[in-house]
Amino acid sequence: MCGICGCGQTNNTTKLKSVLGQNRHLIKHEHSHHGHVHGHHETERLVKVEQDLLSKNNAYAEQNRAYFQQHHIFTLNLVSSPGAGKTTLLVETIKALKGRFPIAVIEGDQQTEHDADRIRATGVPALQINTGRACHLDAHGIGHALMVLGVKDHSLLAIENVGNLVCPSSFDLGEAHKVVVLSVTEGDDKPIKYPDMFHAADLMLINKTDLLPYVDFDVERCIHYARQVNPEIQIIKLSATKGDNFSAWTDWLAQRI
Amino acid sequence: MTNLPGADLHWPEGCMAGTAMHELSLLENVREILENHALQQNFSRVTKVTLEIGKLSCVEPEALRFGFDVAMKDSLAENAELIITELNGLGLCRQCQQQIEMETLHDPCIYCGSPFVTVIQGAEMKIKDLCVI
Ligand SMILES: Nc1nc2c(ncn2[C@@H]2O[C@H](COP(=O)(O)OP(=O)(O)OP(=O)(O)O)[C@@H](O)[C@H]2O)c(=O)[nH]1
Ligand SMILES: [Mg+2]
Ligand SMILES: [Zn+2]
Repeated sequence: MCGICGCGQTNNTTKLKSVLGQNRHLIKHEHSHHGHVHGHHETERLVKVEQDLLSKNNAYAEQNRAYFQQHHIFTLNLVSSPGAGKTTLLVETIKALKGRFPIAVIEGDQQTEHDADRIRATGVPALQINTGRACHLDAHGIGHALMVLGVKDHSLLAIENVGNLVCPSSFDLGEAHKVVVLSVTEGDDKPIKYPDMFHAADLMLINKTDLLPYVDFDVERCIHYARQVNPEIQIIKLSATKGDNFSAWTDWLAQRI
Repeated sequence: MTNLPGADLHWPEGCMAGTAMHELSLLENVREILENHALQQNFSRVTKVTLEIGKLSCVEPEALRFGFDVAMKDSLAENAELIITELNGLGLCRQCQQQIEMETLHDPCIYCGSPFVTVIQGAEMKIKDLCVI
């Protein structure tokens, strides 16, 4: 039984089967009563639902958020295209901040433990979630991950989402902020090509700035596009591997924990 | 511009170019919501599902239509009809307080040019109602 989500083993399908069974019984009963063989007198009726398709995810996300608040866990949801540098960024962030507060990481990938292993090598606990076919993490999965991972109070929890600029934008995990990582090899027009993600993020990290001399990437144009989609987005340019301006990011973090 | 090769070719509107995974997982949510309602409101079959999808949401109605039959297979909504009502985008300018129509999440205010616009309609993606037996 899961303490956070209470999903336990309750199986709606089983319950549903019994309701279906009852109805079938009622129908049969009626039939024998009237002596009919054919003609189900099933009358259609309208049922109002008015329920958001994401209502279930959002409810779990709110539970996670309440848990984070109660335990003073500062949670970030890192999103990007595949390979923008999320894991590298996390490894370097852990190296820089490990002594200051506890850190834990949840890694989302469709397959492999590679990214979690890279985090564990820094001495920080990491849990790998393999999403299989799914292209995003959801709040229910994060609730379970919290139970398994046992995140310390007053810590930083970094969730690395599946590399994908589309789907994760709709799924709130209960995080304090979505952080979108965009690397300069991807093109400066990503923010208007994938507006939903840049609209949902509070911070954009422009990564791999060490490669700017080699690629056609106009930083100012990129920032202009990002602000067009989200006028309030904060922006930090950095290089995770070379360390350029990395402290702007670690300062941003440290101020919020 | 028009004499560039391919400039006059257009992808047929409403034709999907790829399978969107998150539409499939949203359809799984539809199925689950139906099952919960079946328990609460005592019905055993769904013949029609009406969804309301805002034009500013990140859901592609075509992708929902495409995946609906497969996602509802072996459920109480197998073979149900799917109706999708699309809602236009509406925003409120935080600068001049005018209401504006929005085509995308990042349309600036047409009256004062401000980019600070709050979406008031068009982000919806919900199940509105069902026809059940
Ligand atoms: N030159 C340069 N390379 C970088 C930088 N940051 C990351 N990389 C490289 O980019 C590649 C991908 O980095 P990852 O950290 O695995 O990217 P990711 O976003 O975690 O990738 P997925 O989890 O697969 O989506 C690796 O080869 C990194 O060494 C950077 O600042 N500069
Ligand atoms: Mg990674
Ligand atoms: Zn205005």
